[in-house]
Amino acid sequence: MSHHNYITGDTKYMNPYIAGVLLGLVLLAAFYLTGRGLGASGAMKSVAVTTVETISHEHAQNSHFYSKYITGDQSPMRSWLVFQVLGVLVGGLISGALSGRLKVKVEHSPNITSRRRVVLAVIGGLLFGFGSQLGRGCTSGAALSGMAVLSVAGFVTMIAIFGTGFALAYFFRKNWI
Amino acid sequence: MGPIIPSAGISDEINFLIAFIIGIGFGFALEQAGFSSSRKLAGMFYGYDTTVLKVFFTAAIVAMLGLVFLNYFEMIDMNIVYVNSYYIYSAIIGGIIMGAGFIIGGFCPGTSVVAASIGKIDAWWFLGGSLLGIFIFAETYPLWETLHNSAFVGSPKLSNVLGVKDGTLAFFIILIAIGMFWVGEWAEKKFARKDIVDNI
Repeated sequence: MSHHNYITGDTKYMNPYIAGVLLGLVLLAAFYLTGRGLGASGAMKSVAVTTVETISHEHAQNSHFYSKYITGDQSPMRSWLVFQVLGVLVGGLISGALSGRLKVKVEHSPNITSRRRVVLAVIGGLLFGFGSQLGRGCTSGAALSGMAVLSVAGFVTMIAIFGTGFALAYFFRKNWI
Repeated sequence: MGPIIPSAGISDEINFLIAFIIGIGFGFALEQAGFSSSRKLAGMFYGYDTTVLKVFFTAAIVAMLGLVFLNYFEMIDMNIVYVNSYYIYSAIIGGIIMGAGFIIGGFCPGTSVVAASIGKIDAWWFLGGSLLGIFIFAETYPLWETLHNSAFVGSPKLSNVLGVKDGTLAFFIILIAIGMFWVGEWAEKKFARKDIVDNI
């Protein structure tokens, strides 16, 4: 499939090393400005906490988990990461538009159905959401940002995530290759 | 001197605007790299596309070196920069669960957001699954609370544990990364799947 790029004529993705430098500079800017790196699962936690709090304030207050993130009158949505992730949504959209990649579809291997892909995406998301809460952050906040500050937790999380991915790859190969 | 926001008393609104702008850069970089495609991300685990390795480690090195230099020129107060807390068991077990989620779902939370932004329906489902996973964790929190808070060892830095300077460790990580980039380039030839790569 060829993609049409509105700036350069045609191209696919950016050279990965250049994209890596760009991402690294954004991460560095986040550290320089805020003293913290980037994140993603933290914003999803805010959404989950807000949803539960809206449905039942009492239930949220009585939980050891939700209550940690509810402070006075401030909504958990008033958080740095929530606005950062809204930015990610916009940044991704801009990039996709510039590179001619905006298309509503379920992307999957020809060996599996879209329905199977969607079921796998939900299960994978569920595990990732759960694991990110247990592990205090996901690939962005724990692994990438954690490694940039040389934290042991960052390296351990990175190795655990990717090590498990490699260890299980064989068992899930039919979904991908 | 950085970090700017914690030391300058900036209002919430400006702070959130900065978050939004940083997020745009983050999302743009991820999408340009191709992290909006689960088949490209999964290529990491089968060797046919090692973009994840290249982007992830290049970004980590750039930020790592940047912080080393900012610190050296006294342009950032590293005492205020957040170093992740390390709870040994929850970091490892959480990471293992996330790794399983990665190979099954094909995204991580950040990449699912950029994929969703360009219209990948599977990414919206992944996001929905993530919220459900967080909800399940929260509702069953009493079961995990002990594990979640056990074996806390503070916020150690690898450089301190190894007894070397930050810059020295960064140098060796760069060498390791270059070695891994070489392996990645090799893997893309060895496990090449033109049928997949041409379609993502």
